[in-house]
Amino acid sequence: MNLKLTNRGTTLIATIIGELDHHSAEHIIQKLDAEMMKSSTKNLIMDFSKVNFMDSSGIGVIIGRYKKIKSLNGKLSITGINDKIRRIFNLSGILKLMPAYENIDEAIKKM
Amino acid sequence: MNPINEVKLEFVSKSCNEAFARVVAAAFVSQIDPNLEELADVKTAVSEAVTNAIIHGYENGNGIVKMNCKLYTNAVEITVIDEGKGIEDIEQARQPMYTSKPEMERSGMGFTVMESFMDEVEVISEVGKGTTVKMYKEFKSVGNQPG
Repeated sequence: MNLKLTNRGTTLIATIIGELDHHSAEHIIQKLDAEMMKSSTKNLIMDFSKVNFMDSSGIGVIIGRYKKIKSLNGKLSITGINDKIRRIFNLSGILKLMPAYENIDEAIKKM
Repeated sequence: MNPINEVKLEFVSKSCNEAFARVVAAAFVSQIDPNLEELADVKTAVSEAVTNAIIHGYENGNGIVKMNCKLYTNAVEITVIDEGKGIEDIEQARQPMYTSKPEMERSGMGFTVMESFMDEVEVISEVGKGTTVKMYKEFKSVGNQPG
């Protein structure tokens, strides 16, 4: 599991690469939260286009980050979810809380 | 109906074994050639069951997780067993969004995912003795002819 973090203005883009399960979630939370605490971060985009496996641990990670970014008065968007992981998103109802876009550019435009 | 193949696996309750267990289950099930979506369903359900055993059964401590897989001509039965803490209220644990560990940022979706991705999910648990999760899935894409 790898996590790529980039900044576009005040938006932090977190691209998750590989498998997102309970094991990798802890590492992602640690790295992502450290970056989110930086004063330049207002909004967050979590990009799943490079995730090849995700279980419900991924939903826990998103809900946790959603609460954090909300408390900073920011917004969270999701990008790049494929059909396989979309089923888990749909089961959780999480997409009622935040928008999902095809790709990062679209998410930034609508932020 | 007798299984056409069977595998029994034991591993220590380390989170890095979650990936190991689901890959083993998927490789085993691949023998009857289900489609990719069905294979992904099995992987995800196994991941949920094994994660529950590690986080809730053994509370991230030491223990042994057992996984038994029985393969039929067009179906699989996977049983994940821990000898950990056990579940006090199984009905509550199976509720969507319920988690006994909100501080760990768990979504409470584990059983819901297992139930959605497999055809049958049976949970047997006794406090102080452990939990057994038995899951069954028929592969619609696989013919009924003996393997």
